[in-house]
Amino acid sequence: MRIELQKRARVSTLFSVLSPLLALALTLLFGAIMFWLLGKNPVSALYSFFIEPLLEVWSLHELAIKAAPLILIAVGLSVCYRSNNWNIGAEGQFTIGAITGSILPVLYPAWHSPMILPLMLILGMLGGALYAGIPALLKTRFNTNEILTSLMLVYIAQLYLDWLVRGPWRDPQGNNFPITKTFQIEAVVPEILSSSGRAHWAFIFAIVAAVALWFMMRFMLKGFEVSVLGQSERAGRFAGFSARRMVWFSMLLSGALAGLAGISEVSGSIGHLQPIISPGYGFTAIIVAFLGRLNPLGIIASGLVLALTYLGGEAAQLSIGISDKVSRVFQGLLLFFVLSCDTLIHYRIRLIFSGMKTGEVKG
Amino acid sequence: MKKLIIALAASAALMGGFSTGAQAQEKKKVCFIYVGSKTDGGWTQAHDLGRQQLDKALGTKVETPFLENVPEGPDAERAIERMARSGCALVFTTSFGFMDATVKVAAKFPDVKFEHATGFKAAPNLATYNSRFYEGRYIQGQIAAKMSKKGVAGYIASFPIPEVVMGINAFELGAKSINPNFKLKVVWANTWFDPGKEADAAKALIDQGVDILTQHTDTTAPMQVASERGILAFGQASDMIAAGPKTQLTAIVDTWGAYYIKRTQALLDGTWKSEQIWDGLKDGILTMAPYTNMPDDVKAMAEETEAKIKSGELHPFTGPINKQDGSAWLKAGEKAQDGVLLGMNFYIEGVDDKLPQ
Repeated sequence: MRIELQKRARVSTLFSVLSPLLALALTLLFGAIMFWLLGKNPVSALYSFFIEPLLEVWSLHELAIKAAPLILIAVGLSVCYRSNNWNIGAEGQFTIGAITGSILPVLYPAWHSPMILPLMLILGMLGGALYAGIPALLKTRFNTNEILTSLMLVYIAQLYLDWLVRGPWRDPQGNNFPITKTFQIEAVVPEILSSSGRAHWAFIFAIVAAVALWFMMRFMLKGFEVSVLGQSERAGRFAGFSARRMVWFSMLLSGALAGLAGISEVSGSIGHLQPIISPGYGFTAIIVAFLGRLNPLGIIASGLVLALTYLGGEAAQLSIGISDKVSRVFQGLLLFFVLSCDTLIHYRIRLIFSGMKTGEVKG
Repeated sequence: MKKLIIALAASAALMGGFSTGAQAQEKKKVCFIYVGSKTDGGWTQAHDLGRQQLDKALGTKVETPFLENVPEGPDAERAIERMARSGCALVFTTSFGFMDATVKVAAKFPDVKFEHATGFKAAPNLATYNSRFYEGRYIQGQIAAKMSKKGVAGYIASFPIPEVVMGINAFELGAKSINPNFKLKVVWANTWFDPGKEADAAKALIDQGVDILTQHTDTTAPMQVASERGILAFGQASDMIAAGPKTQLTAIVDTWGAYYIKRTQALLDGTWKSEQIWDGLKDGILTMAPYTNMPDDVKAMAEETEAKIKSGELHPFTGPINKQDGSAWLKAGEKAQDGVLLGMNFYIEGVDDKLPQ
């Protein structure tokens, strides 16, 4: 007997919907087995990992804080990926956005004006967009592979930030730690409901961006252009769409959103620049985008799930004493099962009883 | 996804609430937050060893949950807040970089007690505790001067904060008390915990010709590099003899256990007060690992210095001491004030490095 994958005649709508849920269920199942092997009660472990962080209001705030950059970056990436442009460098655009957005509070710490925050957000978006413009330029002018160029630019951005906060932008009163001055209060993204928790407006930005892009993809000509060019550049050309312009559009859009995520994270959650400002949001957002089926509304849900794995790891560590590495394992399991379950959308699994079949042919 | 979560929540609820059932006898929670891994072989491991001793001594009355690998920054604030909210009565935050996060959370939870290691910001419910590591580093400097053939040692430093600068100066002072021309080279790894960077720093120093290594970072990587290159080295925070059986001369071992037990007992007795503790060799908050890989006369000298520091006869920062540029700092016989040491931002004469400003 063997197992064979058989291409479906058409894409299975059933499995398009079921696949992420199936992946989640398998992740939970294998997670339970893992906890059981570690000698922990699987039910209470899964409870503290996935449920406990959802039971308290302050913890929901933390969930929103973690989910906001993931969603913001991932919705931008979804437009890129739908149009067949593979921007892998969101982490770098996030970093540059954080830097350009921080110019005002770092260089003009005494400037107290309500104008400063909007300007910072705009500068952050500009920075992210311009940085994503480099791979776009290279692709449209020299036909370079944007996967490579955007990825390599991540490391340049991170090292530039590292240099800035250890050198020219370091706080002279900071005990020599590599951090900038703490931003003045006017330069901090305000909290949404400060009485109940720390969540700030970045989460609102994320939801607005997701809904706006969902609307664009669903109801606007631009969304149609993205899909057509993504599926067939040639067909797009016949419709009068320009693939070159699409490279620019999708890269600048995703870069701007990553930059917005960067400056919001630095201003709202951290309060100053430091060498490491992200636990890999730009890369985790790639998982988020695919887990959300490249659909902006799906991405809101998947962003929250991935954010939960970060918080759950902490909660599980405290309440049942398992290693913090477990959250990494969960993220890995989730991506693995999402990708493998997606196979079911295009293929069906057939069990082939080889003995019988060859027998028939020979007989 | 939602359905699954609801189903799981329901099943967990049906199981009768593990989390509440298990802690029915109401043990007090004393919580720890670590910047590194509890098996880093250095700084964090020393704190975790202290936690385990606390668990052994008072395990019937307290439980000791912990969080490891918590990055300094927004994640630290969330992690500390989670501890405060999950019922911790006393929280030890064991890295300098947790200072501002601890201050913020402590202000939010006046009924929870906090203790921050090596910091300088206190509050009625926030104590600080620190160890006079420089005493051990002075002894190491003396040993280095005796054991080094070239008269140059290498120092892997983390961040140019006063704590670290003080350690570098103490090491150089110890070395100069034996060999007035002793030189010290410094490499800033700009990390507490990064085996790769620490190993690179060790290699760079050895390539520059040092034949003794010491470190103010948390992992055993420099010790391993020293072993491979066949030079001698000092351990940091934990006894690192396992990483360099033929390499380690001694190590400054942080022995936090007694302190953790004392403070937890105070909490149980209701006598806990916010204090600023700065204990040294004589209080047992730090100890020297066995003196190994050295001749008997060097060992005898080290033991004598240790005894003198313990008895108070010797204070490592006693004049005459010049600053790096040759200007006078302490007059003959003058001892440095604690406040000056805690804010130290200059090198003394003989350190071959420019302090990052």
